Amino acid sequence: MRAFSYERATSPQGAARALAATEGAKFIAGGTNLLDLMKLEIETPTHLVDVNDLGLDTIEDSADGGLRIGAMVRNTDLAAHARVRRDYAVLTRALVAGASGQLRNKATTAGNLLQRTRCPYFYDTNMPCNKRAPGSGCAAIDGYSRQLGIIGTSEACIATHPSDMAVAMRALDASVETVNADGDTRTMPLADLHRLPGDTPENETTLEPGEMITAVTLPPAIGGRHFYHKVRDRSSYAFALVSVAAVVQADGTGRVALGGVAPKPWRREEAEAALPDGAAAAMAAILDGATPTDDNAFKVTLAERTLTAVLAQAQE
Amino acid sequence: MKFDSPAGENLFDRATVIGQPIHRIDGPLKVTGHAPYAYERHAVVEGQVYGYPVGAGIAKGRILAIDTTAAEAAPGVLGIVTTLEHDPIEGVFDYDPVRHFGGDEVLHYHQAIAVVVAETFEQARAAANRLGIEYERDDSAAFDLAATPEAAGETDTAPAQTVGDFESAFASAAVTLDETYTTPAESHAMMEPHATIAAWDGDSVTLWTSNQMIAWGRGSIAKAFDVPAENVRLDSPYIGGGFGVKLFVRSDAIMAGLAARKVGRPVKVALPRPMIANNTTHRGETIQRIRIGADADGRITAIGHHNATNALTTAGGENSTLPTVAFYAAANRLVVNDPARMDLPNSNAMRAPGETAGLMAFEVAMDEMAEKLGMDPVELRILNDTQVDPGNPDIPFSDRHYVECLNRGAEAFGWSSRNSAPGATRDGVWLIGHGVAGAYRPAPVLASGARVVLTPDGRLRIESDMTDIGTGSYTVMAQTAAEVMGLSVADVSIGLGDSDFPVSAGSGGQWGAASATAGVYAACVALRQAIAERLDMAEGDLTFENGMVRTGNTSVPLGEVGGGTDLVGEDAIEFGAFRSQEVLVATFGAHFVEVGVHAHTGEIRVRRMLAVCDAGRILNPMTARSQVIGAMTMGVGAAIMEEMAVDHRYGFFVNHDLAGYEVPVHFDIPSQDVIFLETADAYSTPLKAKGVGELGLCGVSAAVANAITNATGVRVRNYPVTLDKLLSGLPAA
Repeated sequence: MRAFSYERATSPQGAARALAATEGAKFIAGGTNLLDLMKLEIETPTHLVDVNDLGLDTIEDSADGGLRIGAMVRNTDLAAHARVRRDYAVLTRALVAGASGQLRNKATTAGNLLQRTRCPYFYDTNMPCNKRAPGSGCAAIDGYSRQLGIIGTSEACIATHPSDMAVAMRALDASVETVNADGDTRTMPLADLHRLPGDTPENETTLEPGEMITAVTLPPAIGGRHFYHKVRDRSSYAFALVSVAAVVQADGTGRVALGGVAPKPWRREEAEAALPDGAAAAMAAILDGATPTDDNAFKVTLAERTLTAVLAQAQE
Repeated sequence: MKFDSPAGENLFDRATVIGQPIHRIDGPLKVTGHAPYAYERHAVVEGQVYGYPVGAGIAKGRILAIDTTAAEAAPGVLGIVTTLEHDPIEGVFDYDPVRHFGGDEVLHYHQAIAVVVAETFEQARAAANRLGIEYERDDSAAFDLAATPEAAGETDTAPAQTVGDFESAFASAAVTLDETYTTPAESHAMMEPHATIAAWDGDSVTLWTSNQMIAWGRGSIAKAFDVPAENVRLDSPYIGGGFGVKLFVRSDAIMAGLAARKVGRPVKVALPRPMIANNTTHRGETIQRIRIGADADGRITAIGHHNATNALTTAGGENSTLPTVAFYAAANRLVVNDPARMDLPNSNAMRAPGETAGLMAFEVAMDEMAEKLGMDPVELRILNDTQVDPGNPDIPFSDRHYVECLNRGAEAFGWSSRNSAPGATRDGVWLIGHGVAGAYRPAPVLASGARVVLTPDGRLRIESDMTDIGTGSYTVMAQTAAEVMGLSVADVSIGLGDSDFPVSAGSGGQWGAASATAGVYAACVALRQAIAERLDMAEGDLTFENGMVRTGNTSVPLGEVGGGTDLVGEDAIEFGAFRSQEVLVATFGAHFVEVGVHAHTGEIRVRRMLAVCDAGRILNPMTARSQVIGAMTMGVGAAIMEEMAVDHRYGFFVNHDLAGYEVPVHFDIPSQDVIFLETADAYSTPLKAKGVGELGLCGVSAAVANAITNATGVRVRNYPVTLDKLLSGLPAA
């Protein structure tokens, strides 16, 4: 870990301003991923702006009947929130499928969205990695890629976004609110937050330098039955091989987002029209254009079969 | 004391303390954080500073230069030791002839090449990252076991066992199996990393460390630092898991010693988690060709087993043929172990080395044979039991109850209600399957010494360099002394793991408990003789009970015998040749497992497990059970998730942390039952005990794999049995 300076911000705009003021500064919230990366010197911030005390830790009903989740709401609190459990159950299910109780107590909503991949080559600084060291190459594509992405990836990078929470939020059409150093705010669909890697996998989001996430908003509840089926090699405390977040309505229509397969929560709204025709048709459309490696080709089959399981459960 | 003939009836048969389910005496210290592990021993020496190790970033080649300028200038740095300033330190122990440090050659990934010492851990780590290391990579390296001639069976390595004429017996057998099975490299993944604090005083050095075999380690350190063994002290009272990776000193101890000598301060070094995978040892990968021939009734006539495995040194590799030579009867046998010299880190012993990977494959092969024969897999195993060494029928097993393990287990598990048709049992969306496998592991022993001190307050203190790696050594040794001296366990205190104490067997190969308790017995007999002399009586006329020594109508409190001074007994148990020459002493077991496999996703959930163990007298059913259920848990990991993934281009284990290398979590482990047969093996030790800690792992994974096949109809011969290997073969949901 490199030496760094530290300050505790007192307002969202102040935090954004503090970040903009120092070259190499980063926000720190729960630190559940950033601190690991700093110890390995994959992240080497010169300055940390602590955003824990900004009052962004509340969950409120929004004017349109939806929900506004403060950026610093802890994963545990979000999962346990009565309205989340009642109206957005897929989100609770996704949250509790992730990490461990201790990590969820610390991890925040915005931090979860901005966590970085767990590709093992990203974490080993002796290995080439275009995300960590742009232009150095990708050791994963022809290496050990069982966990890695099958769609939305590029020749430069096949890393996945590891979040479960974000997959459920994507299925719920969540939006992200931000503020910048000038105090300008904007709202964007979560779908637009994460970039695909292309040939610049080091650029992971569409946030401007210094722009800070202040909240995630959910539109009004859409009913239906909510599922989060996370498939992994052990029963807990592991990242998804494939996860399926689904909200299925009584008439067989619904929404599906996937985790564990792509550099961002993976959803194709246009493919969901095929959902009443069954998992095979829907997944073929959702994963159309997938380019798996030999190691992770099974994820295509697994995603379809997991969706089959979810749809079967929806009919019970 | 020489154990040179089978034990007769003796005081352990009364089993008033020994054999009782006594809570582990070090338990309260451990659960309250009062049992300090090596890195936390802040009080043992003043002025401790931190060494942070650096591992090589290539798998094979040379280090051209190490630029230390920036690191030396970093805050808090006290000194840097690089591999370029030392001659190679290697071959410090015969069973582990690796290079720990020194020289410019890189022999494997994360070989230790520097240690940076600073006032704080954070300073040392930050400075370590400032080293400028220039490599010359050697691309001629071999990292892929499957690509070796050994894996292809193209070598002419001498067989480990040839009996009869395997080839013609196999060719003429009514039913045959010829399959290849693979097991991956596995990591010990113990909770406590390798860690050492080293402090020099002139030419003498003390290492507070985490090590299973204190006397071996002392000799290794003496050799590494070129000092007499008596100048070396190792102290390792608490060990947070070992599983074989702490049998030998590792680079943490070497670097701590070198660094402490260089900076003139006590230095502590722990290996970061990624270095445990690639710097230390692992269970070697195996590729096993198994051939079995049987007559139509299921009697096995031919057993062939060829094992290829990765080894960096002559002492490397997972010899999966070890159990094959003796587990089942067959008049014709051909067994070959063929380690391939490869450039991965060296593989070496991991819990039940050989038996684990061997039975993972062989006990699946037995399941496949049962299927081919249309026999029940329990019946097939019973039919092919042997009471003698199949390679030398004049040598009987000393005490073998494998058939009883199978029968007791089948009954307790409800095996008779198993549906033998694969893929045909459902519980909702779960495909249900049941599997069985046999367990076999020899019961080795090593000479073991102890000292017992009877103090005037009537208490007894045991001293031995025996280690407790979480197994219960403290407790069973105290129980042994209490039994022999007529005391309660509460009257006994015990110090372990210190090289100033008498040399013991140490912990490994499941020899620890059986050997060390026999050593305590020897020391206690010496003390009883000292007491008898003091009382001017014959030892045989004395009765030790309830803290008193009694003869006739006269009783004296034990503490008063010494007349205000300590009485000491010191001795070691030595095992006579009869034990290894006249009989085969081994342990046996049977594992029964029920699994559920998700009909859509292939997710695997173990639902219940039963182990039946035949391991002689069980010294403490509670600690023994803990050993067995822990081993069963490890076997679940090996069956369905554990694999150190090899990158065949860069030559290293990629998933080198506990996020990437998955071991079971609590939720993976269902109800576990253990039954110990009430046996006692007079050929084993005076206590008639044998090890159980490794037996518990033998065969577990195969029972899981066989249950998965029963659930799904899919036979996977490449461990771990992960869901991706099942998907294409699952029955229609």
